[in-house]
Amino acid sequence: MLMNLFKFKGGVKPPTNKTQSVGQPIAAAPLPSRLVVPLHQSIGGTPRPVVQAGDKVLKGQLIGEADGWISAAVHAPTSGTVVAVAMHVQPHPSGLDALCVVIEPDGKDEWITRQPVDYKALTPEQVRERLQQAGVVGLGGAVFPTHGKLTASKTVAMEEMVVNGAECEPFITCDDLLMRERAEEVVRGIGIFRDLLQPKKVLIGIEDNKPEAAEAMRAAVKAVGENFEVVAVPTLYPAGGAKQLIRVLTGKEVPASKRSTDLGVQCFNVATAYTAWRAIAHGEPVVSRLVTITGNVHEPRNYEVLIGTPMDELLKLATPHPDTDGIVMGGPMMGFLVPEPGVPVVKATNCLIAHSDRLFPPKAPEMPCIRCGSCAQACPHELQPFEMYWFSRAKNFGKTQEYHIFDCIECGCCSFVCPSRIPLVQYFRFAKSEIWAREREKNAADQAKERFEFKQFREEREKAEKAEKLAKAAAAQAAKKAAEAAAAAAAGDAPAPAAEATAPAPAAAPSAADAEKAAKLATIQAAMERAKAQREAAQPKNTDHLTPEQQRAAEEIESRRTSAGLVPPETPVNEKSE
Amino acid sequence: MFAPAPFLLKDTSVSQVMTQVCIALVPGIAAYAWLVGPAILVQLVIASLAAVVAETAMLRIQKKPLAMFLSDGSAIVTAWLIALTFPPLAPWWLVAAGTVFAIVVAKHLYGGLGQNPFNPAMVAFAICIVSFPALMSQWPSVGLQLPLVDQINVILGLAPRVDALSGATPLDAMKTALKLGEGSQDVAALLANQDIYGNFAGRGWEWVAFGYLVGGLWMWQRKLITWHVPLAFIASLVAISGALWLYNPAQFASPLFHLLSGGAMLGAFFIATDPVSGCTTPRGKLIFGAGAGLLAYIIRVFGGYPDGVAFAVLLMNLCAPVIDLLTQPAIFGMKDAGKGDRS
Repeated sequence: MLMNLFKFKGGVKPPTNKTQSVGQPIAAAPLPSRLVVPLHQSIGGTPRPVVQAGDKVLKGQLIGEADGWISAAVHAPTSGTVVAVAMHVQPHPSGLDALCVVIEPDGKDEWITRQPVDYKALTPEQVRERLQQAGVVGLGGAVFPTHGKLTASKTVAMEEMVVNGAECEPFITCDDLLMRERAEEVVRGIGIFRDLLQPKKVLIGIEDNKPEAAEAMRAAVKAVGENFEVVAVPTLYPAGGAKQLIRVLTGKEVPASKRSTDLGVQCFNVATAYTAWRAIAHGEPVVSRLVTITGNVHEPRNYEVLIGTPMDELLKLATPHPDTDGIVMGGPMMGFLVPEPGVPVVKATNCLIAHSDRLFPPKAPEMPCIRCGSCAQACPHELQPFEMYWFSRAKNFGKTQEYHIFDCIECGCCSFVCPSRIPLVQYFRFAKSEIWAREREKNAADQAKERFEFKQFREEREKAEKAEKLAKAAAAQAAKKAAEAAAAAAAGDAPAPAAEATAPAPAAAPSAADAEKAAKLATIQAAMERAKAQREAAQPKNTDHLTPEQQRAAEEIESRRTSAGLVPPETPVNEKSE
Repeated sequence: MFAPAPFLLKDTSVSQVMTQVCIALVPGIAAYAWLVGPAILVQLVIASLAAVVAETAMLRIQKKPLAMFLSDGSAIVTAWLIALTFPPLAPWWLVAAGTVFAIVVAKHLYGGLGQNPFNPAMVAFAICIVSFPALMSQWPSVGLQLPLVDQINVILGLAPRVDALSGATPLDAMKTALKLGEGSQDVAALLANQDIYGNFAGRGWEWVAFGYLVGGLWMWQRKLITWHVPLAFIASLVAISGALWLYNPAQFASPLFHLLSGGAMLGAFFIATDPVSGCTTPRGKLIFGAGAGLLAYIIRVFGGYPDGVAFAVLLMNLCAPVIDLLTQPAIFGMKDAGKGDRS
């Protein structure tokens, strides 16, 4: 079981504050008075509502249908009546509203007919589809639809599957408790993923401050008869970041520009594996999840919570202290204060921390950066946060990208160590969102520009084609005339004036060949005309904006000059190419 | 609304950082006071007062929050470095003027804390040694410790600047002797014959240098500085002085002499490590430290000034931005691509 672990640079060691909430087993949170289930709970398309106000729904019944491949279905968390499909404020720092299905529970908590299957009898496509239909998404926080991660790369062999039980954020213990109490189902879920991806190795990473969970997982692996390796990784925030855990367990570094599968690795959270197993083997879609309720409360604990439960109702279970003044969703390093206490629990909600100034003292005012470099030393992605801060502040977003701002995972290590108390991550989020906004604007502008330029190009082309046609006609006429003159000269009648006779005669003498040459010249002329037209398009001249008549007159003059042999001085150059 | 994540913060602040730098200076200061007497403590007080007054005035003018910036301690660090690099019995107004210049011009006119391209203390030193070369070269003669009252009187200009002050630093004395001797003087003979040089590099001054070394190592252990700059500074100083010493030991002093004399240790650990005006990338710090050590040697041995650390650091400050730009480290996951990435 001894394996060679790798290190990632940087990282910090905030006080873990985990012991408070692991003292008691998982409890089921009681049915709330009302459930507000957002339709958009995963990365990708927003599911379409398939119910309307007044509909009776059963627990696990589909209420939102996946929209596209990267999207996951949403289900009724309990049986009851849909009272509204309406906009509701979301547990998101923006405080924006989104479409939700509001359900009034009937108290029976009555399931739909569940259809457990043996996934081994299904094709991989069928398993993926079932997972999508069951709304299985990454429960580590990113909520990426899991089925979308379960197709092996065709070009790169899947070497390692990393299962993330690290849970590095302080305060959060829901994965710890899940592994302690439901290890077997987690292991079976991992088995499904393994069978779909066929990796050479399965590595389960758990931070070494959770020995009970690691022990339970080892026992479960043995009991199920799998060969997964359960690896205790050093406790160092953010060891539970997917990229950091992959680094620690495999030595591979996944840059922002690549997917982990390009390097033959895929990573899943333990809770995701658990829900996948429930979905396949029990026919239960994701309607609840484990949530750690902790912070400024009397009785911190982990609860099994229905999706859509209002956070304020949930928080009451842990009896918050009277000075609680807000709810943090997620951990203290990457979490955020929810815009209002009544927002619903979603699939991404792993932890609620009752906030108070006693628990998280207000930050000292921001000081100027002294370039001490602590942030660079703490950055697990080896970035130079103080440089990115400088350019974000100056709104020099191009420079922030040169310093790889999109490799920033917003883990908060830089802000944590900054002696000047600069909220660095905030600056980076600001810069990123500005860059995205500009990108969108630029794309829109580019499209408009492209349309305009194509229109211009088309008009130019039509003009040039017309000019060429005219030139050709004129040249043909001139050739005909020249041939006639040559014929006349050959006949010997009509003694031409001396000047005239000497000038056209050499040109006209070898008549047939000459007519051909004249036509060629006319073509060259037309080509030059086009080039000139292009130049003129770039540089306005007094010959711009001519009326069609004037244009034609000018062209005729030009073609006459050509036929008269008064070709512009470029012609010799052109002749060389003949 | 509340401040954004992270909600947990490490217990640290600019004033904590600066306070620790001051604490790290204490062993050196103690040795200094033991060597030349308590005058240095008087100078520390004068410089600190001047710094606080100048800082307050500049913050007032710019309408910046007084309490927040005065308590950051950065002005005190600048003041102490000035007091420690100026001659210990320099007149009070020279120390004060240098400090005011450092705070007003080198720091606040460039934008204040964190914005100064040059190390303010070294700007003060450079300005004063160019403007008042005589006063800046008067060091107390070795072995002579005036009583505190007399020292204060000298500093305050109440007593005549006695002959006892016409001494030079060991570094300066060595250079002058070698230059005047035009080859007839020999390093070994100088060291043997003149009391001023002590065992290695100047009687007593080794202990001051040792004090700075101890403080510097403590800062490294506390992660206030990284090893790059001091190590590169010392290594390059040892390399160049060692090479010339091996080439001609009669005319060039040993690496140990150079390490333990003048501002070498103070420069290596406390001045060249200034993050604001120095380099920040690991490779950049190595270049910065090595460049400063090399230039310090060249200036102190071949140049016209008694020591070269101040000018060396200022010259490297000039180069710091471009060094940083050219030495950006490869980031996580881009170490193979990193080379072609930034060419």
